[in-house]
Amino acid sequence: MATLCGRGAAPPPPRPLQAPPPRPAPPSAAGAGAGGQDTMFARGLKRKCADSEEDGEGALAAFRAAPSYSLQRQSLLDMSLVKLQLCHMLVEPNLCRSVLIANTVRQIQEEMTQDGTWRVMAPQTAGQAPLDRLVSTEILCRSAREVEPPGPGSGDGHALDLVSELSTAPSAQAPRSPQSSVWEVDSPRESRGGFPKSLDQIFETLENKGPGSVEELFSDVDSPYYNLDTVLTGMVGSAKSSHGDALEALASAAAPPPSSSCKDLGELDHVVEILVET
Amino acid sequence: MPSHRMPSEADIISTVEFNHTGELLATGDKGGRVVIFQREPESKNAPHSQGEYDVYSTFQSHEPEFDYLKSLEIEEKINKIKWLPQQNAAHSLLSTNDKTIKLWKITERDKRPEGYNLKDEEGKLKDLSTVTSLQVPVLKPMDLMVEVSPRRVFANGHTYHINSISVNSDCETYMSADDLRINLWHLAITDRSFNIVDIKPANMEDLTEVITASEFHPHHCNLFVYSSSKGSLRLCDMRAAALCDKHSKLFEEPEDPSNRSFFSEIISSVSDVKFSHSGRYMLTRDYLTVKVWDLNMEARPIETYQVHDYLRSKLCSLYENDCIFDKFECAWNGSDSVIMTGAYNNFFRMFDRNTKRDVTLEASRESSKPRAVLKPRRVCVGGKRRRDDISVDSLDFTKKILHTAWHPAENIIAIAATNNLYIFQDKVNSEMH
Repeated sequence: MATLCGRGAAPPPPRPLQAPPPRPAPPSAAGAGAGGQDTMFARGLKRKCADSEEDGEGALAAFRAAPSYSLQRQSLLDMSLVKLQLCHMLVEPNLCRSVLIANTVRQIQEEMTQDGTWRVMAPQTAGQAPLDRLVSTEILCRSAREVEPPGPGSGDGHALDLVSELSTAPSAQAPRSPQSSVWEVDSPRESRGGFPKSLDQIFETLENKGPGSVEELFSDVDSPYYNLDTVLTGMVGSAKSSHGDALEALASAAAPPPSSSCKDLGELDHVVEILVET
Repeated sequence: MPSHRMPSEADIISTVEFNHTGELLATGDKGGRVVIFQREPESKNAPHSQGEYDVYSTFQSHEPEFDYLKSLEIEEKINKIKWLPQQNAAHSLLSTNDKTIKLWKITERDKRPEGYNLKDEEGKLKDLSTVTSLQVPVLKPMDLMVEVSPRRVFANGHTYHINSISVNSDCETYMSADDLRINLWHLAITDRSFNIVDIKPANMEDLTEVITASEFHPHHCNLFVYSSSKGSLRLCDMRAAALCDKHSKLFEEPEDPSNRSFFSEIISSVSDVKFSHSGRYMLTRDYLTVKVWDLNMEARPIETYQVHDYLRSKLCSLYENDCIFDKFECAWNGSDSVIMTGAYNNFFRMFDRNTKRDVTLEASRESSKPRAVLKPRRVCVGGKRRRDDISVDSLDFTKKILHTAWHPAENIIAIAATNNLYIFQDKVNSEMH
């Protein structure tokens, strides 16, 4: 990239970085974002009207409801999600950058929640995280091995719905050991047929990225080595994903058992260092 | 002094630092090398080489490593170099990559003993039967040899990437800061360090802020400051508690609601913080501005200077191409009257705090021949355009000046432009005002 093109006064058309092909509208899809607004209205789902907001917010909400602003905002959200995934393969990514991008995503979600463009699926079981809980960074960065196939009610595969589904799913399930979760790597992927492409691509990118050596490490062929690794680290799941995204590795708190202390890589590093050197 | 090698990524300069007298200038690069320049003494015999910097020593400081646990490479790129105050004939410096800090000792050898009784000139043992008399070995001058040796390796102190190191005014300790923690080390002890700041949340899902830079106060050995990705500065007193999670002072400017956007937080992230030489002020750099803070006033900076405000309308593009995450450094001059920082298109900016005048200069081979006077540059943002103005749209964002350094006493600056080092001297105004 040699020069930066100037921007005119009008907001540019949405142009996410490495945009996935436009999502084909799944049968019962309701999509916000590029080209999705028509289907959204067609479903008869109401967004919050400008006049239902507080008086002072009316104008602002109207502005936010304007198609060009929400398109641009959606484009920014897509771009940010892709940025979080497209991390350096060999070198640990910049944590500061990841945190700033994740905060940007949170801000967008907050705003979209406020003006009702962020649709959250009804919780599948009781005791779920509250509906207004924002999708955490961890969810955005989590690899597919921790994705459960969506329940029957969420078949519309809306990108935002899927993400929010993920946010509620982990708290509803019994914690799985990292070892068993790795063996489940393939199954979630196969059942993800109806998922919107962008999120699909994101998870597949997560699955496939990383140096080939890591893939070999955790493949079926090397299962004895893999088991040793599990014993040593106790956080195989995190270790696998950490090559891609530091945030992902450090934030995989929901699934693995607490005793594996995957949150404290420092201690783990130290322990393994001792083991490896002896 | 442009590099004459073929440009490669390993040659990209990643840090620049003068020592305390300004006699030596150290640079670190992406390939893990350190190059030290020494200022030639001014001599009447060669008036044209008055006080110019020549290469003094080059050594490989860090090598690439592989973290087998995480299957990640540890880059050998030198993130920071800090000189220790000179205590004897040798010079010492600390250099660090993402994970490991090393203490290097630099010594000169310009004499060697000659006339051994038992060994000949090549060091082979003499045939004793040929030795008929005793002689006293004599020190004879030799070509200057600069020897660099690693004296300490401070490893395994950091889980995250080290962004700063700072030597304490007590000359016995130093600190190293990564994204979430700051450690205090004793220069003589490598197998342990004290954690003095830890902002890692119990649940990593709650992580929203990281440490971006950190520095000891130049005079008070108990005080240090660290900056965050949310634009705040925290001044900490090590006497107050062992773990300085509670700041003594929090410096934060309230957000301007009229300028609020999705990028507000990112552009408020502080990329560098530097105490003034006096110790009374702090200088911070965020994406669009440099700010001067008074240690006695936490509510807002006392001065704010716009580095390249014309980029404010282009933040989305800069976010897309990741330029918005570029970490620019900033520097004080010796008398704390002028501040300097880099920008894009190989431009760098200087702000005079007294006259409130500022200037934009360019570091490039095309626009500066040796001993030529730098011509001020201007970026035009539409409207009237003068002949040599650069338009915002033709700025080259790959040419960024992230690292700059100012001589501690004189008007000499070192500018790192990708893989080239420029040293500019102000002969006319050598004295500080």
